[in-house]
Amino acid sequence: MSNKIYLKKGLNIPISGEAALETKKKIVPDVVAVKPTDFKGFSPRLLVKEGDKVLAGSPVLADKQNPDIMLTSPVSGTVKEIARGEKRKLLAVLVEADGEGQSVDFGAKDPSGLSSDEVKEALLKSGLWPSIVQRPYGIIADTAVTPKAVFVSAFSTAPLAADCEYAFKDELEAVQAGITAMSRIAKVHVCVNSESSIFAKLSDATVHTVVAKKHPAGNVGVQISHLSPIKKGETVWTLNLLSLAAIGKLFKTGKLVLERKVAVTGPAAKEPAYCQALPGTPAKALAGQLDPDVEIRFISGDVLSGENIGADGYLGFFDNQLTLVKEGRERELLGWANPLRFNQFSSSMAYFSWLLPKKKYNMDTNTHGGVRAFVCSDVYGKVLPMDLFPVYLIKACLAGDIDKMEQFGIYEVLPEDLALCEFVDPSKNDIQAIIGKGIDLMLKEMA
Amino acid sequence: MEENTVKPGLFEKGGKFGWLHSTVDAFDTFLRVPATVTAKGSHVRDAIDIKRVMIIVVLALVPAALFGMWNVGYQHDLAVGDLPGFWNQFWWGFLKVLPLFLVSYIVGLAIEFAGAQIKGEEVNEGYLVSGFLIPLIVPVDVPLWMLAVAVAFAVIFGKEVFGGTGMNFLNPALLARAFLFFSYPSKMSGSEVWIAHRCGADAISGATPLTFMGDGMNALGAGGYTFWNMFAGTIPGSVGETSVIAILIGAFIILWTGVASWKVMVSSVAGALLVGWIGNLCGITDIPAYYQLVMGGFAFGTVFMATDPVTSAQTETGKWIYGFLVGALCITVRFFNPGYAEGMMLAILLMNTFAPLIDHCVTSSAAKRRAKKVSIV
Repeated sequence: MSNKIYLKKGLNIPISGEAALETKKKIVPDVVAVKPTDFKGFSPRLLVKEGDKVLAGSPVLADKQNPDIMLTSPVSGTVKEIARGEKRKLLAVLVEADGEGQSVDFGAKDPSGLSSDEVKEALLKSGLWPSIVQRPYGIIADTAVTPKAVFVSAFSTAPLAADCEYAFKDELEAVQAGITAMSRIAKVHVCVNSESSIFAKLSDATVHTVVAKKHPAGNVGVQISHLSPIKKGETVWTLNLLSLAAIGKLFKTGKLVLERKVAVTGPAAKEPAYCQALPGTPAKALAGQLDPDVEIRFISGDVLSGENIGADGYLGFFDNQLTLVKEGRERELLGWANPLRFNQFSSSMAYFSWLLPKKKYNMDTNTHGGVRAFVCSDVYGKVLPMDLFPVYLIKACLAGDIDKMEQFGIYEVLPEDLALCEFVDPSKNDIQAIIGKGIDLMLKEMA
Repeated sequence: MEENTVKPGLFEKGGKFGWLHSTVDAFDTFLRVPATVTAKGSHVRDAIDIKRVMIIVVLALVPAALFGMWNVGYQHDLAVGDLPGFWNQFWWGFLKVLPLFLVSYIVGLAIEFAGAQIKGEEVNEGYLVSGFLIPLIVPVDVPLWMLAVAVAFAVIFGKEVFGGTGMNFLNPALLARAFLFFSYPSKMSGSEVWIAHRCGADAISGATPLTFMGDGMNALGAGGYTFWNMFAGTIPGSVGETSVIAILIGAFIILWTGVASWKVMVSSVAGALLVGWIGNLCGITDIPAYYQLVMGGFAFGTVFMATDPVTSAQTETGKWIYGFLVGALCITVRFFNPGYAEGMMLAILLMNTFAPLIDHCVTSSAAKRRAKKVSIV
């Protein structure tokens, strides 16, 4: 059965710096980071110490609550440093790559003949289990739970996101094997953006077509809310294509292969294009040559919900995009009163961006205004193709009112789903952070 | 990278004049967009902010204000006959109306700044609009001290006690008018107050069209009112409310920019037409329903006050209900309270009070519907 979902609401942010569809180079980093902070709900316990030799696939960190859940090294080499932050919080394990590319052999298997438990065991051992995200709350999947279904979005609508058709054109078999493996655990649903998509012919999964032109139609959360809304007590899993490809390669080759095509994008990127790299690759190595006089923000992921990793940061596990944006510390004279302001984008008709529908903007990180209470009431719903009252949900999160949060749909959302509400907010509230806090409160109360 | 050069450390929090931080910050960010960069979440943001939203509403009010200034002079000339010519009338009206604006802004902003100062917050832009609205919805001859008291009441008890712009549940400008109306009724209604300096020129009636609500079309006609002069606005009334043409220009601006909700405007007009039609049908009045749209403060209230995004219903379904009831209640008051026939102020304030209830019903029923939703896969 194939369904079509029609979504009208949303917004495409016209930011400059789209990656050209060519892979310029393969990045062989000196150091690769394993970051427990990429995984919500993972409390790390060290399994290695500085100086230890590791292979690609060797366990590096285990979860304190469930020691079966492990993070493994993406490369072979030597543990160089355990990076810690405030209160000795473990931020990353840095592995110095030896360039030999040795891997732990997990044994190649045909996923279609495996049982659910065999698939789970292989994922846990290889360190790929944490790539499964459980909703509600967006945490690492619980090994004891069988989800209602597994959802995969096979396209991305986020600003400047890597083109899935290009990035995965050579990985289709691996993605298919990954889906076959996951289908041993639960029913898999894949959303594609057109019937001619290269992912439309995937088997062992139900393929749905999302007919939409605007972000966030590619967000798996939006798709789930239209296919099978998450209710209290229900659990679904989501995987992105990167994780599925890695799972597929694990079963096909018996090795942990996390290499991916990474889109280096953004207005501050000199030559936006793709490169071949690993998660945990230093941002500087990915970014290449940059203008030394400009203060640049390094974002792992897209400009709406990616993480600010800093110039010394590392690409996130779930990301195949690095966005480079200028820090907007310049002060525009009478900006709010200037009737023209053609170099600033606004989705509202209060400026004249609508006169230039094709223009791409060199956006920076300026907030363009001070934080205020919520004043406008209809701007948020216009960019959220979900059956929700965003402002009510946000206010319930601010108030910490569990009943209201449930009523207004906290189970269905992750912060990224309301990222556009944050973008368009004239009151400049940090909406994703508010939703994130609400989710943390739910996790605490429901535990 | 550019550091703050205008804002001296003296005025920063903890500095010698740190207590003036909010004031300095307000003027500073008024002149130049703040240098703040995003901390969390979306790394880039839309260029719009609350300053822009508010300035657009002010811009939309300018035609009504300019027309009101001219009309103040024109009405005086009609009554007294000492102001020949357009520019004379405009200048005279400008000088009459300017003090109202000055009092409104000086008193209101002083309280806003003091409030922000005490709370240590940034100054909200909301009063830019409220302060512009208030002079337009009062009779031109209202004593300035009364206006000052009303503004102070509206800003303190209508807004600041709830936490400022965005937290209030009553429209502050209308609250100021309601305060004046209930405290000093002799200066706010009847036929004596609408024309500046009438000086006993009794030859001409100073009554607004609503005075004739109870008496019907013949009285309205005898009073000199036609649909077209009420539409154009060359009649006595509150400063900015008379010209439907000027109000429609403003309506176009705030609808095009998306600052105001068209749903509220359309449903308010629908509510007024329906009740006006029923009243006409039942013989309560012989005034046709469409006359109601151009009489009194209906048009101004529908376009600029009912659509206040903070105090109107917040849900899209709620806006239809809210707007409809505003229009319907306004005309109902006109029918059954000929003594004080200006129902728009009370209709909007009443619906402001009920807007949260409407939203509650809308969101609860949506939650029930969502709970019944079934998975389609």
